[in-house]
Amino acid sequence: MLLYLIRRVLYAVPIALAVGLVCFMLVQIAPGDPINAIVPADAPQEVVEQVRRDYGLDKPLPVQFGLWLGRVVQGDLGRSLATGRPVTADLVPAVANTLTLALVAAGIGFVLGTLLGTVAAVFRGSLLDKAAVGLAAAGVSVPHYWLGMVMVVLFSVTLNWLPAMGAGPGGSGAWAWDWAHAQFLVLPAVTLSVIPMGIVTRTVRGVVMELLNQDFVTTLRGKGLRRGGIALHVVKNAAPSVLAVMGLQLGYLMGGSILVETVFSWPGTGFLLNSAIFQRDLPVLQGTILVLAIFFVALNLVVDLVQTALDPRIRRA
Amino acid sequence: MSTTTATPGTLVVPAPAPAKGRGYWQGVARRLSRDPVTLFFGGVLLLMALAILFAPWIAPHDPYQTGMIRRLRPIGFQDWRYPLGTDELGRDMLTRLLYGGRLSWFLGITPVLIAFAIGGTLGVVAGFAGGWVNMLIMRTTDVFYAFPSVLLAVAISGALGPGISNAMLSLTLVFIPQIIRVAESTTTSVRNLDYVESARASGAGAFTIVRAHVLPNVLGPIFVYATSLISVSMILASGLSFLGLGTKPPEPEWGLMLNTLRTAIYSQPLIAMLPGLCIFLTSMCFNMVSDGLRSAMDVRG
Amino acid sequence: MSAPLVHVRDLEVRFVTRDATVHAVNGVSFDLAERESLCILGESGSGKSVTLRALMGLNPPRRTKLSGTVRVGGHDILAASERRLADIRGGTVSMIFQEPMTALDPVFTIGRQIAETVMRHEGLSRASADARALELLELVQIPSAKRRLAAYPHELSGGLRQRAMIAIALSCRPKLLLADEPTTALDATVQIQILLLLRRLQQEMGMGVIFVTHDLGVAGEIADRVAVMYAGKFIEEGPVRSLMRAPLHPYAQGLLGATVHSGMRGERLTTIPGAPPNLERVPKGCAFAPRCALVEEACLPAVPTFRSPFPGHAARCVRVRDAA
Repeated sequence: MLLYLIRRVLYAVPIALAVGLVCFMLVQIAPGDPINAIVPADAPQEVVEQVRRDYGLDKPLPVQFGLWLGRVVQGDLGRSLATGRPVTADLVPAVANTLTLALVAAGIGFVLGTLLGTVAAVFRGSLLDKAAVGLAAAGVSVPHYWLGMVMVVLFSVTLNWLPAMGAGPGGSGAWAWDWAHAQFLVLPAVTLSVIPMGIVTRTVRGVVMELLNQDFVTTLRGKGLRRGGIALHVVKNAAPSVLAVMGLQLGYLMGGSILVETVFSWPGTGFLLNSAIFQRDLPVLQGTILVLAIFFVALNLVVDLVQTALDPRIRRA
Repeated sequence: MSTTTATPGTLVVPAPAPAKGRGYWQGVARRLSRDPVTLFFGGVLLLMALAILFAPWIAPHDPYQTGMIRRLRPIGFQDWRYPLGTDELGRDMLTRLLYGGRLSWFLGITPVLIAFAIGGTLGVVAGFAGGWVNMLIMRTTDVFYAFPSVLLAVAISGALGPGISNAMLSLTLVFIPQIIRVAESTTTSVRNLDYVESARASGAGAFTIVRAHVLPNVLGPIFVYATSLISVSMILASGLSFLGLGTKPPEPEWGLMLNTLRTAIYSQPLIAMLPGLCIFLTSMCFNMVSDGLRSAMDVRG
Repeated sequence: MSAPLVHVRDLEVRFVTRDATVHAVNGVSFDLAERESLCILGESGSGKSVTLRALMGLNPPRRTKLSGTVRVGGHDILAASERRLADIRGGTVSMIFQEPMTALDPVFTIGRQIAETVMRHEGLSRASADARALELLELVQIPSAKRRLAAYPHELSGGLRQRAMIAIALSCRPKLLLADEPTTALDATVQIQILLLLRRLQQEMGMGVIFVTHDLGVAGEIADRVAVMYAGKFIEEGPVRSLMRAPLHPYAQGLLGATVHSGMRGERLTTIPGAPPNLERVPKGCAFAPRCALVEEACLPAVPTFRSPFPGHAARCVRVRDAA
């Protein structure tokens, strides 16, 4: 078990390195001189050359990658071209905001999805099942940036119940746990929760349905267990695969919230990415994507380890 | 049992491929014809396809014709010339939705098709060859799997800059690894089946085995998986345009239209919702048809 | 004479789906006394497992239509609510399944799966249930039982898994033990051990046992009486010795001919031509007639009634002489 743990963690290292390489290459594939990712395009020629030497951009690519990696590991993601501030200065609060949004959305999506999926599986073929399946299909098919706009039209414009944009009163980006702030979270979180709701519904329905058809459920009935007792067995059997899907979904929410954040002007990583794309602020783009991808790699690792810990059948050595 | 007298080796037993001939496809067609849900969504999809295909003949107006005096006309028959109203520049919504579908469908479907060809090939090669070829292809795939797909699309597109071809390139790159994984695992499982083993034992070459035994059995599952990606692709492609990364104005495209109409959600919310509704409808139809195909073709997973 | 442990009259089981109705069991009647053991013999699809499951209401509830009378230990099974049935199952009646790998929950330890049954029916605490689980593992002769309590099903061999399954079934001292092909999935050497174990436990605990198998050897090993089932009906019933030595029904004769057993060295193995009938329609006459070498006019108009040439042994065949 310990051996597996070590091996799994070690396996994540080359993946993380490769993710770094992809992020490094993002600047290389961008049209124009990569130096433009460090200094503004209108900088004087001497400054450009100075920076080129300082950053080692006159050296071959592999060396450059090494140098870049060295800086990244020390937490230096470069400076924003637009603001001139370190990328991390804007990135840290943005990641916190996105994480808040993703966690709340995941919470809503997972609870609803589990509920719908279970009901659908238990009452297989019934109207309830069909409704849940339809809802799940709609959830995975809906363009959530559009759904966000529908929400705004309904709950902000028409009903005037909830604020449409931002993350706090007076346009402040600082988060606090009170209703004045939380009301800003409701619409984006509900909008974002639709996809994990759909996926989790489908997963739970499939897993539970398959489990209910297993021989051991007949054994449990044959032992005289009542519904509650059988449910306990189903839950423990379903947990590893359902949790794995949920973990991945949380990661997708972190990386996929860009569109919803744009709709709601939520000051998270998506918003940051969006403005970086508009201003062609490559250091911010690169840094944000790197951090989100590394987060995703780490999440995958955790999901794998949790799954292994939960499922006695997996005794990976 | 007189045939057993033949010298070993002279009697080549043709390896029977599992039944995937006419009977199989007839079964698929029969199951599809008994599935009203799939038929319904397939019908809607067909109607939409015809409408956008014949847009130049159906559309009442020029999609680029702006008119400042008739901006944001409401939906309805107050003005019969603009049944779906006009957009923020006074262009006819019905016309732009019809034309917009062409680009949205093209942007959504093409990356999946290219990824199906490239990813399918790489996946079958990886699955059939095994060894270091498999190692190389699959470990590279792992790296791309380390990015959530929206993030990867935005990252590549954002770095390359806006434009239709950049958006399609980034989407294709997003889907290739996903298709490789499915193609590789299906091929690996088919490769180990008895009849492929026996074809190998009877001396068939690698190319023959792949063509005669592997492809007929793996193409179905890969295809079904690819159709399920179209829905995602439509949403992502329009999403990129929505972010300003795909199509550029004044080109009609649903995602871009949704973006430019955002300013109108206070005055004409219904009109502002129309392009998104089209994306939703298309994506939903593709999803349901893909699900129907999956169960009709009896593809697991 | 007291009421029998099991009393079944005219049991019919149909599975109804949208596409078809399958008549799995078509009028089965039998009694089982306490401490008696009956073996139901038949091919797969003959309705033997379905009959067994009907005795504890275990067939999938929504698709299954049952009729007739089934009384087990005084309980009317067909009339009982699911809640009532849950009290009977595992307490009065319990069951051993064919494939212990899939019939045990893969993510619960063996000990836990035994203990929860005891806790459910006897309201014991966790600690005393665990103690009972250990006793039971020792009873079914699982070596180093204490360690095995914490084992998961996949960590045990097939034979040990089936012993654990038996331990679960016996955990609440049932009056009736149902066994659905308990040895089919096991290696030949392990089969004998499991059969011997079951026979010993039956005698020690004084249970009635109903066994379902397609293996005549198993039947001879454990049963007092044997019933042969075909197309959802009992077609022959009798004491094990008599039935094995001189089967009356051509189908039973065929089954014996198709099995290898001691004392037939040098004899030819025969097979029964054809396949069992499709049970979407109930055959009008003798269901075996289409495969029977001795078929005659009288077989076709109606299902033959039981004819008994000597007391206790009867068969549904027009060729059998009725002494009664």
